[in-house]
Amino acid sequence: MPPATGGGLAESELRPRRGRCSPQAARAAGRDVAAEAVARSPKRPAWGSRRFEAAGWWALLALVTLLSFATRFHRLDEPPHICWDETHFGKMGSYYINRTFFFDVHPPLGKMLIGLAGYLSGYDGTFLFQKPGDKYEHHSYMGMRGFCAFLGSWLVPFAYLTVLDLSKSLSAALLTAALLTFDTGCLTLSQYILLDPILMFFIMAAMLSMVKYNSCADRPFSAPWWFWLSLTGVSLAGALGVKFVGLFIILQVGLNTIADLWYLFGDLSLSLVTVGKHLTARVLCLIVLPLALYTATFAVHFMVLSKSGPGDGFFSSAFQARLSGNNLHNASIPEHLAYGSVITVKNLRMAIGYLHSHRHLYPEGIGARQQQVTTYLHKDYNNLWIIKKHNTNSDPLDPSFPVEFVRHGDIIRLEHKETSRNLHSHYHEAPMTRKHYQVTGYGINGTGDSNDFWRIEVVNRKFGNRIKVLRSRIRFIHLVTGCVLGSSGKVLPKWGWEQLEVTCTPYLKETLNSIWNVEDHINPKLPNISLDVLQPSFPEILLESHMVMIRGNSGLKPKDNEFTSKPWHWPINYQGLRFSGVNDTDFRVYLLGNPVVWWLNLLSIALYLLSGSIIAVAMQRGARLPAEVAGLSQVLLRGGGQVLLGWTLHYFPFFLMGRVLYFHHYFPAMLFSSMLTGILWDTLLRLCAWGLASWPLARGIHVAGILSLLLGTAYSFYLFHPLAYGMVGPLAQDPQSPMAGLRWLDSWDF
Amino acid sequence: MWGFLKRPVVVTADINLSLVALTGMGLLSRLWRLTYPRAVVFDEVYYGQYISFYMKQIFFLDDSGPPFGHMVLALGGYLGGFDGNFLWNRIGAENALITQSRLMLLESVLIFFNLLAVLSYLKFFNCQKHSPFSLSWWFWLTLTGVACSCAVGIKYMGVFTYVLVLGVAAVHAWHLIGDQTLSNVCVFCHLLARAVALLVIPVVLYLLFFYVHLILVFRSGPHDQIMSSAFQASLEGGLARITQGQPLEVAFGSQVTLRNVFGKPVPCWLHSHQDTYPMIYENGRGSSHQQQVTCYPFKDVNNWWIVKDPRRHQLVVSSPPRPVRHGDMVQLVHGMTTRSLNTHDVAAPLSPHSQEVSCYIDYNISMPAQNLWRLEIVNRGSDTDVWKTILSEVRFVHVNTSAVLKLSGAHLPDWGYRQLEIVGEKLSRGYHGSTVWNVEEHRYGASQEQRERERELHSPAQVDVSRNLSFMARFSELQWRMLALRSDDSEHKYSSSPLEWVTLDTNIAYWLHPRTSAQIHLLGNIVIWVSGSLALAIYALLSLWYLLRRRRNVHDLPQDAWLRWVLAGALCAGGWAVNYVPFFLMEKTLFLYHYLPALTFQILLLPVVLQHISDHLCRSQLQRSVFSALVVAWYSSACHVSNTLRPLTYGDKSLSPHELKALRWKDSWDILIRKH
Repeated sequence: MPPATGGGLAESELRPRRGRCSPQAARAAGRDVAAEAVARSPKRPAWGSRRFEAAGWWALLALVTLLSFATRFHRLDEPPHICWDETHFGKMGSYYINRTFFFDVHPPLGKMLIGLAGYLSGYDGTFLFQKPGDKYEHHSYMGMRGFCAFLGSWLVPFAYLTVLDLSKSLSAALLTAALLTFDTGCLTLSQYILLDPILMFFIMAAMLSMVKYNSCADRPFSAPWWFWLSLTGVSLAGALGVKFVGLFIILQVGLNTIADLWYLFGDLSLSLVTVGKHLTARVLCLIVLPLALYTATFAVHFMVLSKSGPGDGFFSSAFQARLSGNNLHNASIPEHLAYGSVITVKNLRMAIGYLHSHRHLYPEGIGARQQQVTTYLHKDYNNLWIIKKHNTNSDPLDPSFPVEFVRHGDIIRLEHKETSRNLHSHYHEAPMTRKHYQVTGYGINGTGDSNDFWRIEVVNRKFGNRIKVLRSRIRFIHLVTGCVLGSSGKVLPKWGWEQLEVTCTPYLKETLNSIWNVEDHINPKLPNISLDVLQPSFPEILLESHMVMIRGNSGLKPKDNEFTSKPWHWPINYQGLRFSGVNDTDFRVYLLGNPVVWWLNLLSIALYLLSGSIIAVAMQRGARLPAEVAGLSQVLLRGGGQVLLGWTLHYFPFFLMGRVLYFHHYFPAMLFSSMLTGILWDTLLRLCAWGLASWPLARGIHVAGILSLLLGTAYSFYLFHPLAYGMVGPLAQDPQSPMAGLRWLDSWDF
Repeated sequence: MWGFLKRPVVVTADINLSLVALTGMGLLSRLWRLTYPRAVVFDEVYYGQYISFYMKQIFFLDDSGPPFGHMVLALGGYLGGFDGNFLWNRIGAENALITQSRLMLLESVLIFFNLLAVLSYLKFFNCQKHSPFSLSWWFWLTLTGVACSCAVGIKYMGVFTYVLVLGVAAVHAWHLIGDQTLSNVCVFCHLLARAVALLVIPVVLYLLFFYVHLILVFRSGPHDQIMSSAFQASLEGGLARITQGQPLEVAFGSQVTLRNVFGKPVPCWLHSHQDTYPMIYENGRGSSHQQQVTCYPFKDVNNWWIVKDPRRHQLVVSSPPRPVRHGDMVQLVHGMTTRSLNTHDVAAPLSPHSQEVSCYIDYNISMPAQNLWRLEIVNRGSDTDVWKTILSEVRFVHVNTSAVLKLSGAHLPDWGYRQLEIVGEKLSRGYHGSTVWNVEEHRYGASQEQRERERELHSPAQVDVSRNLSFMARFSELQWRMLALRSDDSEHKYSSSPLEWVTLDTNIAYWLHPRTSAQIHLLGNIVIWVSGSLALAIYALLSLWYLLRRRRNVHDLPQDAWLRWVLAGALCAGGWAVNYVPFFLMEKTLFLYHYLPALTFQILLLPVVLQHISDHLCRSQLQRSVFSALVVAWYSSACHVSNTLRPLTYGDKSLSPHELKALRWKDSWDILIRKH
């Protein structure tokens, strides 16, 4: 931050009283803030100076915004190749442009916006986004990066305004803005085609509008009140629509709203009707509106992605019938299963796939050395099985035989079409799930033994019924051992081509893992029926895609021995993420927080807890605080408390998550932490200045403190900026390196 | 089941004359025919095993909880004359003794301490009102702390109740701070007393449990391998026997075995053998065809390596020994083949992004040896630290390529005898156990000749220096491993999910008589379970109603009745919540018995709600009588159900298949019916 700003600060009162809603008068009634309001505006400024202040206010905001945009857009085009997760999100943007269906663990809004930005900026969706490091060449990627940087740039002014509203102090807001502008991590994360800038944009927008509508509380149902309230709802829908992490900000707004309503409910001057109106307004704006918007994003998502693509196999058969290009689309197949039919069998558990076998044996030492049986998510000839009678080997497709339908409770044999081996199980332990039995392909040309016999059962139906394609939920019970055919969902090692394990489970508990349905069905002797009846309704699609997403999310488990990031690493800035480049000749970008900012944040949290509890205990003991101190304590406890809650909600839930975690998950929490730092230091310095009021330079302490913090952050940014803007040259241990001497922790690798 | 929970009901219904009678009944129902069946029931198979370990003082590790519970059981066994020589290996084996509780499991002990903690806190809270700092005040306060730490010491689940008690205590302390009739000093004393009793005492006791545990089990046992070398060296027998008398400082010429610190998927040692990498792998990639280097999970003479000074030729320790320090350049020479550890820019067999590690064979094909490694001591105090046996954790950084010696965790195919793959990791990100090694066995090499050296490698170590690990170091390691230990395969016939517990959709068959169909099940009294849940729902709704009305300044209850209602709810409903909700977040295998602590609290709530309805909601005498009649009806139906299910609780009567089917009230109950 240029020093001129700081100088300007010192002269103006540092406390403008701005904003369309009168800020502090909020809830003046019950709470003892009148004194504070008096303390905070010792004299009523004259008309001229007010105009001057307003101009200064706008100028500062413009400056902060400008600086943020400038830092985010500087060298945005470098490096001109795919960095880190751009390979996923860029690719998904392309899918939207090409309208092919795909599957991802996050809700669609973020990727849809990326796709839209790409579309508007002239990207045609032809780039493959294969792996990090691929050059973009002639493909236009700046539109997508620019869009992300644009949203990422708004974080700083949003944080600035939020802190300004919470603390009513320009210097606190400026400090926060500086921390975020000069944080290399935030900067890096905003410069690429990622979901994070979009997510953080919505989170901060929700936070800002929540704070704004809180401060409009003295004028309920006024236009600005409605505006901010509904804007909160819209932002919430946006945050949740980008990533499920948006749930945390929803939780925060929810808690705030409950507290708010509780307060209103206790205000006996309000009639129950008024309270009811308040409640309805909030339900409308914070529940109905976001839900409608969120659902709408999904509607658009399904409308745009109408072509079959790489995500088909993750979804149920009925779902796939919607996608043009999928073999179930507009298909017509025989309705009832008959002997001799060629079928594919799909597990009902999402993202497990089709029963599959191939000409590879289980390796030595893993059960019997027979042919592997797995489940496989993609469509393939090896997914085809022929359904046969257990006791005859005659060809049921021989036209001289009458058609015989398969019925619930029949004993059957499943022959793998490509290899002519029977689905088989025996008392050998399964490869991964040791308590289950191994399932193999056995026999030659359909001749095996009695371990190839399975009883086919339809769940919840009577014996003797026919079995319907797609709609019957069936189980296969192994006749000899009594176990049930299922997939454990565990990934086999390399020898099994990383397909999923199929086992026969002796535990007869009914889980989706052991329930299957018949998807493809070929039988020339039977008449085909159209499958259009299967088309699921929109609520069904919505529900199913959420189930698949949740399962996909919890399925992201760390592999053995993988270096994973632990939540406790994050606030201490223990380890960064490599965005691009490894060797000294590469263009290297390394996602790492500016250590000065991050460690200051960490210290501030500790300091906040300490000072906050001292003040709280003092107040609980009934200590009489001077008006000035009481006002500052209110800011610290209320404003700081809000932000601390945000940090807690965006950080601690990660400790409970079983999925793979990465460093960038901390950034939403980091935004809150920076706001806390701004509020805390400003308040502490003011308290300090107040405590030393007798000393001639007391006022100077505050100004000097804030200035030195601003300059310190700016200087640290000057030191660490190569991390974000990219660097070429030797690694940090070399004195020639741009980062020489800056590798303060061994765990940073740049 | 319900008889067993009888006693707690008395606790909140406040002490009355029937206390003695009910306690007697509770005891009777629990102890009745305790010695039957004379067989090992369900998890007793594990706990019994652990007790045997105590008797034999063998070290073991269990991930279900801290050692206090096991010790209580062991004490019982000890008093009963159990000598630990019975082998707990098969459910249904005949047994000479069944200890302590009906089923020798930890839940009942845990519940006892949970309730003791809550009861003593309530007692303490009552004392607080009229006689703070009196003798009984101190007694109940301390007892709360002790009971909490005992509960935590039995199972980690006890933490939930501990947190609850702490939370309630914190709220009360906060009110105390706000009480301006008390002087600052007085408030401070109050807070200090609580901090000591509720924080310091539990921590000290908890440490004490471990202290006793580690004193009791000082011999090596089956779980040694999970622990670090240093820990193992502190156990009698096992590694200590081998490492006792090893020289401490590794010197040039030392013969060492190197153990990987991460030790996953299995603990293993750096290993090499005569065989070479196959020229061409199955997928068509080529290798260097040099001697394999692997990680081997068993002790073997091929695990020995000699630390060589690159500037000298000899493989023996000079006199005086020259210790190896942090940052020194070393070569690692494989003892049996005298080839040195090497890595180069060839893709590793299973992890193609990393470098292959081999023992160098000079084929004369312009592939030079790259066998210099720089030693980095990870846990060094200063940069001149000496490499110490067992204590030092070291990394080997390859000088030419700056790759780090790492255990990839993958199993090599048949040509590598399914041993684990070792690679040179080029992009090493910070500290990770798989790149860190420590010296486990160590001696100073003295023989120049290869033949002699081989003999030396085969012989056990000689020299004598002994070391001990401090209690805190051992405690923190043990604690860490217990928390980190995960059982991999988590499916069990009787496992269930938390949602099934509330509705009692599941049961656990504990035992089946070898011949008849007498059997013992963990199965709740369905009337009690349903009414418990109902009480909870009523409590929640009533509280919400009262809260909203109070907010609008309508006070339905007198102040003291309201406070009692809130406190009872906080303890009982809160106790239920803290003991139940966390299970939704757990990924381990869950059983019905995990719900029992929560259920106990739910049942405590039942009389509170009944009393409240009768006192405050029944307006007329008539209503009151009707209500009492309902309660009696409810109570007798509970007794009836309990009586009907009795054969499944005590397992004393053999029922016919028809009778058993009649008892199977829910389809999901798994009652064993013999086929004849």
